[in-house]
Amino acid sequence: MTEHLIFEISSPGRKAVFLPELDVPATEMPKELLREDLPLPEVSEIDLMRHYVHLSQLNHAVDTGFYPLGSCTMKYNPKVNEEAAKLPGFTRTHPYQDHGTVQGNLRLMYELQEYLKEIGGFAAVSLQPAAGAHGEFTGILMMRAYHEERGDTRRTKVLIPDSAHGTNPASSAMSGYQVAEIKSDQRGNVDLEALRAHCDDTVVGLMLTNPNTLGLFEENVLEVCEIVHECGGLMYGDGANMNALLGIAKPGDLGFDVLHYNLHKTFSTPHGGGGPGSGPVGASERLAKYLPGPITVKAERQTSNVKRKISNLQLYSLEMPQASIGRVKAFYGNFGVLVKAYTYIRMLGSEGLRQVSEDAVLAANYLLARLKEVYPLPYDRSCMHEFVLSGPLPQAPDVHTLDIAKRLMDYGFHPPTVYFPLIVPEALMIEPTETESKETLDAFAEAMLKIAEEAQENPDLLHEAPQTTPVTRLDEVRAARHPKLRWKPK
Amino acid sequence: MSYIPHTDSDRAAMLAEMGAEDIGDLFLDVPESVRYPELKLPLPLSEMEILGELRSMSEENADLDHHACFLGAGAYNHFVPSVVGHIIGRSEFYTAYTPYQPEISQGTLQAIFEYQSMVCALTGMDAANASHYDGATSLAEAAIMAVNVSRGKRRKIIVSPTVHPEYRATLRTYTPGSDLAVTGDEEPTSNLQPDGDTACLIIQQPDFFGQLAEASELKQLAEAVHAAGALLIVNTDPISLGLFTPPGEYGADIVVGEGQPLGNPLNFGGPYLGLLACREKCMRKMPGRLVGETVDTEGRRGFVLTLAAREQHIRRERATSNICTNQALCALAAGAYLAAMGKSGLRQVAKLCYHKAHYAATQIAAIPGFDLVGDKPFFKEFVVRCPKPPSEINDALLEQGIIGGYDLGQDYPHLENHMLLCVTEMNTRTEIDCLVEALEEVTHD
Repeated sequence: MTEHLIFEISSPGRKAVFLPELDVPATEMPKELLREDLPLPEVSEIDLMRHYVHLSQLNHAVDTGFYPLGSCTMKYNPKVNEEAAKLPGFTRTHPYQDHGTVQGNLRLMYELQEYLKEIGGFAAVSLQPAAGAHGEFTGILMMRAYHEERGDTRRTKVLIPDSAHGTNPASSAMSGYQVAEIKSDQRGNVDLEALRAHCDDTVVGLMLTNPNTLGLFEENVLEVCEIVHECGGLMYGDGANMNALLGIAKPGDLGFDVLHYNLHKTFSTPHGGGGPGSGPVGASERLAKYLPGPITVKAERQTSNVKRKISNLQLYSLEMPQASIGRVKAFYGNFGVLVKAYTYIRMLGSEGLRQVSEDAVLAANYLLARLKEVYPLPYDRSCMHEFVLSGPLPQAPDVHTLDIAKRLMDYGFHPPTVYFPLIVPEALMIEPTETESKETLDAFAEAMLKIAEEAQENPDLLHEAPQTTPVTRLDEVRAARHPKLRWKPK
Repeated sequence: MSYIPHTDSDRAAMLAEMGAEDIGDLFLDVPESVRYPELKLPLPLSEMEILGELRSMSEENADLDHHACFLGAGAYNHFVPSVVGHIIGRSEFYTAYTPYQPEISQGTLQAIFEYQSMVCALTGMDAANASHYDGATSLAEAAIMAVNVSRGKRRKIIVSPTVHPEYRATLRTYTPGSDLAVTGDEEPTSNLQPDGDTACLIIQQPDFFGQLAEASELKQLAEAVHAAGALLIVNTDPISLGLFTPPGEYGADIVVGEGQPLGNPLNFGGPYLGLLACREKCMRKMPGRLVGETVDTEGRRGFVLTLAAREQHIRRERATSNICTNQALCALAAGAYLAAMGKSGLRQVAKLCYHKAHYAATQIAAIPGFDLVGDKPFFKEFVVRCPKPPSEINDALLEQGIIGGYDLGQDYPHLENHMLLCVTEMNTRTEIDCLVEALEEVTHD
């Protein structure tokens, strides 16, 4: 089942939108600047709507089925959040309006900054970064600004565990730094000896994901922070896995100096098929002044301005932090996403948030318990919100993780994250989240166990999977060798 | 309300399966000294209560449903057809992740492929990526891309002072340290002449002041840039491309822009999307995600993420960028908007903007004390010299229910008391006449 391209259903003269007539006198146009052709499709509204509805039906999504994609926190996206973000009082405001005319927006941003400070244990938060990797880049630039202000210019090396997301080394390189990889120990923690060996006066800091990408809490996290701080380095926290820590531990208390939150993971804003996300950054007292901005501030004293029609009290305004690294994008952040996260936090409160993390960890451990007898578990510890299995089944050496992943689609499930983290051979990284019922978790476990049997008895079922999807396996080599990145008229 | 389906008996059964007695057993790795901190947050609210609270919060704002808006400067008040909201409101789109598993993500993948195709058609480029965070970050990444095209040998980025001030600020944040030199915008008339160390020249068309450089001027500029072995990067307003020459025709190598005007609401500055398109010769140095066409094992057409060897999850510290999550849903909206508007609709939107902006400019220029600044053709924005500080004028306009223009003095000291006004298809003649009347009154105060 495939769908025509929008260009293929185009017919000259068709229209989906009718605009008002020109109600002012026309002005002559600069002829030499006008384009000749505008090769966009021409479709009617019904054909347009059907086209996109058909396309949507080719997707697996949280709203259509279980999505245990490790490291991505594919939890349910509450519909009230969507309604909130669509309120015209929010969507129909321009970013350059006078502060006095957008006090509602600024209040929401200020309160969200406060909530994130409290949840993460930080002194200040900037909502500007648009995604996790953007937050990482921001954090590294802040660390850079800190060292530079102290004249500590020898520091050029960012330490990154071998289990880290690819964005960590990429963000460090973008900031002009070298990367030194730190290996993991037998229990999946940062190897303390390897860490000590790297710690000297050239260290910018350590980027640590905690719980790490194996789904394990760093057992020596306090000591890791101490070692890094002792050599003058800073601790960067990758908050991708914060869904395990709400009300369980504050990264700021653990010793992190700066951390990004993923509102599109932990705080239930939808992933949108790859964005928009939002990656606010929290900072400790000593790094707060370097945050990107502007950020929202609340006036100490209420000043009245009689000229303002909308709000006589301009309580909230936007300000650049004192030694800011500058802005990391235009305007103030993905505001529409911030509204959703604000709504979520207000509806859950502190007890609800802790319940989220407890049940996310419970669900992961439950699935782990049901699967570890059959699928090899490289680090046999109780996990946090996710866990990593190793794909190759001892009884079916010809079957790869990719085959298991594709076969899961035939059972109606989205596969786990595969082949990551890199330190586990043929990794299967499973994150069920707190919003899935026990029945769903059981159905997934049973499918995984059945697939393990099939791998032994009828491995072709796996090699040829998926068979029930709109398309079967796609030729990715061909796509890369002969890139066809756009439609062209014949 | 925490959206968790578990009953206490579910929890007990799950704990029993793993041989644990208490949920606390699962958190023993967390140091006891910091375990279970108190979170001082407001008490939880029901859906009914939070919606009421948010509605009243949103009503503290002066929104554009209740005010006429003449503010642009990089974020634009354009009409969004209803069909666009219904398309991006399909939860099969908005609750999906990045399409890493193509067999069950063809909807997202094909929609991105179509978006890429339409961005290419609009800009006159060969390839477009799946989006950046916004126009400013697209521009910064395009500059870094140009440095990478020179294999890191060229270290100078020349940027015109008429590029959006926040984009130039973002570019500087993105190029930390003294290694890459960002130059050209120090003075209003800085030298934009590329040399052997120049990776790229960045211009904006229409520029930040709304003005359009002439075709011959642009061609000459492109020739000079190419003669120096550098790339020409053009930051553009996609709506303007409904009428005006695509940058590909006058020699751009990379085209960037803020895609918000294409079907995305103003949303107080985000989420928006950054457009980035380029010529085939630099395609493999592009940052960001790309969707390509291929076939499945049955020979059917299908789409996949491709050329991933440029990206962070494969190349780590040697990737072309660290970008992972982008603005996919905003790109979906942009694609749906372009398809809905189509060939004639986009042209018509651009025409409405052009004629209405010129009508407004002529009327305002006729008011004693106000002057139209600039002698080039313009699209939907224009600069007005005012008899008073723009902040005072805007306060007076607000009393008439009008959101006025952008105060240029905050970014350009030589443009004190200058205002950038924007007129789009959303502004009726009545609104424009009210603006003119209100400005006339300002001079009498």
